[in-house]
Amino acid sequence: MIEPIVGRYVHIGEQRIYYEEAGAGIPLLCLHTAGSDGRQWRGVLNDAEILKSYRVVAFDMPWHGKSSPPKGWQGQDYRLTTESYTAMIMTFAKALGLERPVVLGCSIGGRIVLNLALKHARELRALIGLQCAAYVERYYDAAWLDHAEVHGGRACGGLAYGLMSPLSPDEHKWETVWHYMQGGPGVFTGDLHFYQVEGDIRERIGAIDTRVCPLYMLTGEYDYSASPRDTEAAAAKIPGAKVTIMQGLGHFPMSEHPEAFLGYLRPVLDEIRRR
Amino acid sequence: MQIITDVVRNLPDVVNGDPAIVRWGREMHETFMLEIGDTQYLVTVRAGRIEKVERGPFVMRAWSFAIRAKRECWDEFFRSPPAPGWHDLFALLRRGDVKFEGDQRVLMAYLLYLKLALAALRR
Repeated sequence: MIEPIVGRYVHIGEQRIYYEEAGAGIPLLCLHTAGSDGRQWRGVLNDAEILKSYRVVAFDMPWHGKSSPPKGWQGQDYRLTTESYTAMIMTFAKALGLERPVVLGCSIGGRIVLNLALKHARELRALIGLQCAAYVERYYDAAWLDHAEVHGGRACGGLAYGLMSPLSPDEHKWETVWHYMQGGPGVFTGDLHFYQVEGDIRERIGAIDTRVCPLYMLTGEYDYSASPRDTEAAAAKIPGAKVTIMQGLGHFPMSEHPEAFLGYLRPVLDEIRRR
Repeated sequence: MQIITDVVRNLPDVVNGDPAIVRWGREMHETFMLEIGDTQYLVTVRAGRIEKVERGPFVMRAWSFAIRAKRECWDEFFRSPPAPGWHDLFALLRRGDVKFEGDQRVLMAYLLYLKLALAALRR
């Protein structure tokens, strides 16, 4: 069996970005979680039904997966910010010629869709935030994930493991953990800088206009990082935002239980296609 | 009360009999405290195996880190399957229902092992 997914590299400025894609039609740009990479989306990238109407594209952020870190990475701490993340997504979409894409992001990706809704609504067809919260207060110290005396892969894997549902299949949960164990030193911590510190968007989301660009928020009930309560609190400030709580799923719905997640995603994509 | 006590005492059986858990603690040689409401346990790990589980009260005993939570929290945590928000040590942490004390480095170094060992008590 050969999967329909094809992988390529695109050069954007000095950055060499790896991405995978499959299908044809409306562009659907997928954003992975903090400290992981685009492999999380393989369930969506392999879904025959979605591929009939969507061109699904998932890229690895710089520093992640098969994308290169910037030149001179060894001399700096990586820190993701709202501005750098937003620019990266829009620049990548332009480089690939994705016209008014749907953007589907999870966790940090679920957070950034809120900023895309504020800043780029007219350039986007729809936004789907998974595990989408406007802010998550620091409840653990992410510095331990990048420490010479703690194995980063094991610690990052341990952190990701608990965020998943006890009901999700072991096989998929452990593959999700594997991705976390492969991240570069300090990368997960650098992404969490955006998630836990810099990217607090609570005060601004009231200005999101879902009539310009529809916003869907789907959250797994077992997520305690971006919990259903966090998603509902954000949605309460955004008129027209559509919330779905996904039963039996955790923080990584697309990779911890692809089949169950697709059951929630397909109707949303159908609705967007029919608009 | 009795139910939880029995659960913690199962730790050597459920962990030592499962090489898929033991391997994640292979370099661990530590004693840590597990506090379940008013009851304290000292758990000694040698090379990923649970060497002993002692029940307090203790007088001037040393431990490298402590995991403390109310009995009701552990009741929820040990339920099978656990309800959302009660299914993981860090889920309890986000709720503010568990306290980690002592050497956080050791706790983080063996986070996956500790999560798997405690979750195994649900079996």
